[in-house]
Amino acid sequence: MIDIVVNITLLAFLAITSVAIVRMTNLFAIIMLFGIFSLLSAGLFVVMDAPDVAFTEAAVGAGISTVLMLATLALTKDHHEKSPLGHRPWLPLAVVGITGAALVYGTWDMPGFGDPDAPTQTHVARYYIENAVPETGVPNIVTAVLASYRGFDTLGEVAVVFTAGVAVLLLIGGKRSKTSTKVKHERGQDEA
Amino acid sequence: MDFFIGHYNYWIVILLMMVGLYTVISRGNLIKKIIGLNIFQVSVFFLYISMSTVEGGAAPIITEGVEVYSNPLPHVLILTAIVVGVATTALALALVVRIKESYGTIEEDEIHEQDHSL
Amino acid sequence: MKPNLILHVVSKFLIPLIIIFALYVQFHGDFGPGGGFQAGVIFSAAIILYALVFGLDAAEEIIPSRLLRILASLGVVIYAGVGVVTLLLGGNYLDYSVLASTQIAGQHLGILLVELGVGISVAAVMLIIFFAFAGRGRE
Repeated sequence: MIDIVVNITLLAFLAITSVAIVRMTNLFAIIMLFGIFSLLSAGLFVVMDAPDVAFTEAAVGAGISTVLMLATLALTKDHHEKSPLGHRPWLPLAVVGITGAALVYGTWDMPGFGDPDAPTQTHVARYYIENAVPETGVPNIVTAVLASYRGFDTLGEVAVVFTAGVAVLLLIGGKRSKTSTKVKHERGQDEA
Repeated sequence: MDFFIGHYNYWIVILLMMVGLYTVISRGNLIKKIIGLNIFQVSVFFLYISMSTVEGGAAPIITEGVEVYSNPLPHVLILTAIVVGVATTALALALVVRIKESYGTIEEDEIHEQDHSL
Repeated sequence: MKPNLILHVVSKFLIPLIIIFALYVQFHGDFGPGGGFQAGVIFSAAIILYALVFGLDAAEEIIPSRLLRILASLGVVIYAGVGVVTLLLGGNYLDYSVLASTQIAGQHLGILLVELGVGISVAAVMLIIFFAFAGRGRE
């Protein structure tokens, strides 16, 4: 019972935080709220019995992502979002409303939260839970699946992380060149 | 009432997804768009982890005396997805820095004006 | 009294503990929650804390950028290399059973090496990205 209450409360906080992120205009406050959002989601993952995922989300979301966004904010020196001009928020709201209604209609038939007879719990998962320790000797099933049964996917993931590092190095790793200011000067002289 | 508690998770997930989508399509500031994209990603993670919990189950680490475990497969998928998400966010923020250096602004309509006035 | 004295003292106390925790998470990922990704990110968080408190130049002295680029590639090479070694020993690509005499020992060794590769690569890439962002601001 207390599990359900904690679940409902944390999810409600998450929804309130996300709505606050949309409505605010001070970028610094929005990034701090994003850190809180990440921490709340890490807590929710623990309540839902997923400690590996909670670990990663807390370290990556509230740690690395927030630090990088603050660094970008410091580099762009732009602390306030320009308030959206009266250019009709009705169209985005309509699109979002229709999509949301269609998705809610889609979840009507889904199995309830925590149902042990749901199709996801009865087929492939049972094989991994029963055979992870006899075949690999590793008690943490998530690590066994990640590194041994689905090792190719993890190889691809490491390649993606490496590629992102290389791409960031290419974009902003070198010395700051003078060409960006030179191009703006030339453009200014052309228009003058 | 059971139906409401059983599906409350999914409805909050859809709410978060729609809030993220709305932030991406209707706000002009580039950093805010990236944050909206991250909110969308986290809501998808919740969908998968909600589908993998079992009532009365424990974390999928084999220990003595525990009989019911949660489904470990979505955990693996979401672990990969979180790391790929942070790689994408880092790259997007690097692009925002370069855009600021070359256009002087990170508001989307001002960038469009500068592009179309050449 | 120097400015930021409290920050200096507390972070000198915390940073070794964070690094030890990262190593614990890396090598006990088999028996508890954890693994390569979490360990890599926690390790890079320790170095980022050092850079934030003591300055970017001090952080680049302990871990120069050339070393980070080599480490990032080394992680991917370790992972793919384990697969090539299993190919040469007669099994399929990334089939850890042929690495040691019994299947369970082989799986243990394979998972340990692979997670090590992942941890090294993720830590190095997170530090590369942070140093690139932080180094852009100063001319």
